[in-house]
Amino acid sequence: MHLEIIARGERSRTWAYLSPVLAIVLTLVTSAFIFAFLGKDPLAALKVMWIDPVLTKRGFAELFVKAAPLVMIAIGLALGFRANVWNIGAEGQFIMGAIFATGVALYFYEVQNWPVWLAMIPAGILGGALWGAIPAFLKLRFNANEILTSLMLTYVASLILLYLVAGPWKDPDGYGFPQSRMFSDAANSPRLISGTRIHVGVFASLGIVILGWFLLQKSMLGFQLKVLGQAPRAAAFAGFSTRGLTWLSLLVGGGLAGLAGMFEVAGPIGQLTPALPTGYGFTAIIVAFLGRLHPIGILFGGLVLALSYLGGEKAQIALGLPAAVVKINQGILLFYLLACDLFIRYRVKIATGRAA
Amino acid sequence: MGEAMGSGALGPAMADSRPLLLGLKGITKAFPGCLANDAVDLDIRAGEIHALLGENGAGKSTLVKIVYGVLQPDAGEITIAGEMRRISSPAAARDLGIGMVFQHFSLFEALTVADNIALGLNTAAARRDLRSRIVAISESYGLPLDPDRVVHDLSVGERQRIEIVRCLLQKPKLLIMDEPTSVLTPQEADNLFATLRRLAAEGCAILYISHKLEEIRALCERATIMRQGRVVASCDPRATSARDLAEMMIGAELAAPAHARKPDAAAPVRLAVQDLSLRSNQQFGVDLHDISFAVRAGEILGIGGIAGNGQGELMAALSGEILALAPGAIALDGVAVGRIGPDGRRRQGACFVPEERNDHGAVRDMTLAENALLSAYRRRRLSRMGFIDRLRTLLFAGEVVEDFDVRTSGPRAEARSLSGGNLQKFIIGREILQDPGILVVAQPTWGVDAGAAAAIHQALMDLADAGAAIVIISQDLDELMMLADRIAVMAHGRLSPARPVAELSVAEIGLLMGGAQPERAEAAHAS
Repeated sequence: MHLEIIARGERSRTWAYLSPVLAIVLTLVTSAFIFAFLGKDPLAALKVMWIDPVLTKRGFAELFVKAAPLVMIAIGLALGFRANVWNIGAEGQFIMGAIFATGVALYFYEVQNWPVWLAMIPAGILGGALWGAIPAFLKLRFNANEILTSLMLTYVASLILLYLVAGPWKDPDGYGFPQSRMFSDAANSPRLISGTRIHVGVFASLGIVILGWFLLQKSMLGFQLKVLGQAPRAAAFAGFSTRGLTWLSLLVGGGLAGLAGMFEVAGPIGQLTPALPTGYGFTAIIVAFLGRLHPIGILFGGLVLALSYLGGEKAQIALGLPAAVVKINQGILLFYLLACDLFIRYRVKIATGRAA
Repeated sequence: MGEAMGSGALGPAMADSRPLLLGLKGITKAFPGCLANDAVDLDIRAGEIHALLGENGAGKSTLVKIVYGVLQPDAGEITIAGEMRRISSPAAARDLGIGMVFQHFSLFEALTVADNIALGLNTAAARRDLRSRIVAISESYGLPLDPDRVVHDLSVGERQRIEIVRCLLQKPKLLIMDEPTSVLTPQEADNLFATLRRLAAEGCAILYISHKLEEIRALCERATIMRQGRVVASCDPRATSARDLAEMMIGAELAAPAHARKPDAAAPVRLAVQDLSLRSNQQFGVDLHDISFAVRAGEILGIGGIAGNGQGELMAALSGEILALAPGAIALDGVAVGRIGPDGRRRQGACFVPEERNDHGAVRDMTLAENALLSAYRRRRLSRMGFIDRLRTLLFAGEVVEDFDVRTSGPRAEARSLSGGNLQKFIIGREILQDPGILVVAQPTWGVDAGAAAAIHQALMDLADAGAAIVIISQDLDELMMLADRIAVMAHGRLSPARPVAELSVAEIGLLMGGAQPERAEAAHAS
C-alpha cells in the first residue's frame, strides 16, 4: 500500500482564496493544543494572544505600525514571486535601506530641517535596490541561483550593520553601546496620530498596496511578470524580456524592502541598532503567500502576522511563554498554508495495488 | 458509413482461424471530467497487424496504457490466450509477453546502446550475453544497430530501433507501437514495415496506433476505430478508402481545402531570409547553416524534414526568440529585422505559431482572454498606456472562439481545459485574426483531429489568398504536399533549395530528409 498524489482536474478559485483562512483556523486550533499541553487554559491564552493586543487604541495602532513594513516588503516580493524570481533576501535589503537612510541622517545631523527626512527616503530605496541588484546581476551574468545569493547577502548586510554601529557610526555619547546616535527630530518620520506611533510610513504602505494593485492586476507589466513565472517560453514567444523583468523584480523588491528599512529606522526606532533586524524580511515571505501574492490579500496577511508579533509579546508578559512562541506560530501557519494549497491542487489516494 | 461498420466488423474476424491472443471486454476508464474508455471490446489474434485508429482524445492511448499495465481499468476484463489476467504494471505486462514502443523514447543520451537496453531489462539473467543477442536480433530483423554507439550520436530512427530491439529481446507475443512513423523518413518507415511484417509472420501480434491513414491501409489487416472513448467501427483497412476511414474516425464528412489561387511569380517578396547561420541555444540542439529562402505575397512555402534537424531553431530565429547575428539575415517586407525581438517583428506584420502549444504558444494556467493578450497585445491594441484593456481583450478572445469554432465555455476558460485540437484552433485563430502579412507556423495540425485539421488548413489557404506570405514547418508530408506551393527540406541544420510541389515526388523529399541532397545541391551551387 502506498500514497499517490493526483492532480485535481479543475482548480477551485473559491478554495484558493479560502485556503489562507482555513490555514489560520487550523493554526489557532493547533496553538490551542500547544497551550493546553503547556498547562495553560487554551481559550484564555488564545484571547491573550489574538484579541487582547488590539483592545486599546495604542495597541490597535501598533498593529498597523507592525504591519506597515511587512506589507511594503511583501508587495515587492510578490512582484518577483509571480515571475519565479525568488528573492529570499528582503531582510538584507531592509537592513541596507536602513543603513543608507541612517547615513543621510547622521551626515546631516546638524541640519534641523525636514528635507533631511525627505532625503532619507530615496537613500533607503537606493540601499535596498543596490542589495537587490547584486543577485540580479549574478543571476543574469553567471546564472547564479538568486535564492542562495540573496539569502547569503542578508548575513553580509547584518555584519555591515554590526561593523558600522560598533565602529564609525558608534554614538560618541552612548557609553560604548554598539548603536548610532538618536536621530535629530528632523530625521524622524512625522507622527500623524497623537498617542500612537502611527507615522507616515503606515500611509506609504497603504499607498503601495494601491500602486501594487494597479501594477500587478491591471498593467501589462504585471501580466508580463505572471507569464514569465508560469511559462518562461511563452514569455519569450510573446517578446517579454526575461532580463528586464528579472532586474525589475529584484530592484523593486529590494527598493521596497529598503524603504521599509528606512521607515523603521526613522520611525519607531529613531537610531541604527543591532536590534533593528527582527525578521520582517523573512516574515514578509509568509505574508506574500498568505495574501496569495495579491496586494489586497497581502494587506490582510500583513495584519495577521503583525498581530502574531503583538500577541507573542503579550504572551511572554501575561503567560510567561518564551519569545519563540511567535516564530512557532508563524511556522505552523506557513506549514498549514502550504498543506492547504497542496490539498486544493491535488488529492491523495491510497493505492492498494501490489508494487511490481 | 453504417454499412462499412456492419460488414467490416464481422467479415475478417469470423473468417480468421488464428488463436485469440488478447481479448478486452467492457474496458472502462474514467478520469475527472471525462470518460476515456467506455465499455471497449477488442480482440487481437496471434500474428495479426491490428490498427487502432482515432482522433486525438478518442481514448487510444488510455486503452493501450491499460493493456501495458500503466493504468488500471475501472471495469472490464482482460484475457490473454484465453486466461483472465490482471496487468498491474508494465513489468507484469512484459512477463505476459506484451512489449510496447512509446512515441517518446526513454533513452539516456550519454549511455551506449547496450547500456540503455540493459537498463530496461528486469533480471540479471536477461542481461547475460546481451551484446551478442542484440547483434543477432538486429541482424535477423533488419534493424542495423551497433551496441557500442552512444545514443546522442544516433538519429531518431536508430533510437527507435533500440526501443524495438529492447522489446524483441523479451520475445513478445504482442508488440504495441504508438505512432512509430511520426519521426521517420518514408524510407525508414518502409524498413520498419518490413520488420513488422516479418514479426507478424512469425506469429507476433502487432497493435499499431497511428493517425496516418495511408500507412494503416498499407500495413494493417484489421482496424478498430475509436471515437469519444468508444469503439465505433471495425474494418479491413486494405478494402476501405482513406477518406472513409477518416470519416469513421471523426463521424462527419471531410471537406478538402479549397485552393482558390495560383501563386503569382511577380508578387512582392514579403519574407526574405539571407545566409542565416545560428548557434543553437539547446544542449543537443542543431546549429543553422547558411539558410536562405524567400516567400512572396500569396505564397505558401512548406519546410519539411525529420524532427530535430534544426526546425525548432529556425522557428525561434524567424520569430525573434533567438536573434540573428546580422540585421539583414531576415527581412519582413524589405525591413531588416534580424536583430529585433518578437514584438518588433509583429509590429512589422509577422505572426507566429510555435510547435509546442503548452506553455509556449499558450499558457496552460491562464484564461483564453489572457492568452489572447499574450501575442496580440500589439497588433490588436489590447493594452493602452501600459494598462490592459480588459474589454477589448475579452472581445478579441471571443472573436477567435467564434470565428475558429473553438469548443470551450468562453474566453474566461483556462487554456488547460481545452483539448489539444481546440487549443491549436485558438492559437492559429489568434494569429490569423491579427491580419498578419507574414505568418510562420510550425506543425499546424500536430496531434489535432481530422476535423480541426481541415479547418486549420482552410484558414491558412484563405490567409494566403488574401495576400499573406506563409511558411509552414511540418513533419507531415501529406500536409505540405496539400498546402504548399513550394517545398524545401531541412536536414542537419541546412535547408535545401525550395522547389515547386508539382516537380517533387515523395521519394525525392525522402532523400532530402535523409540529408542526401543538400551537399550535392550545395556543390552544384558552388561550381
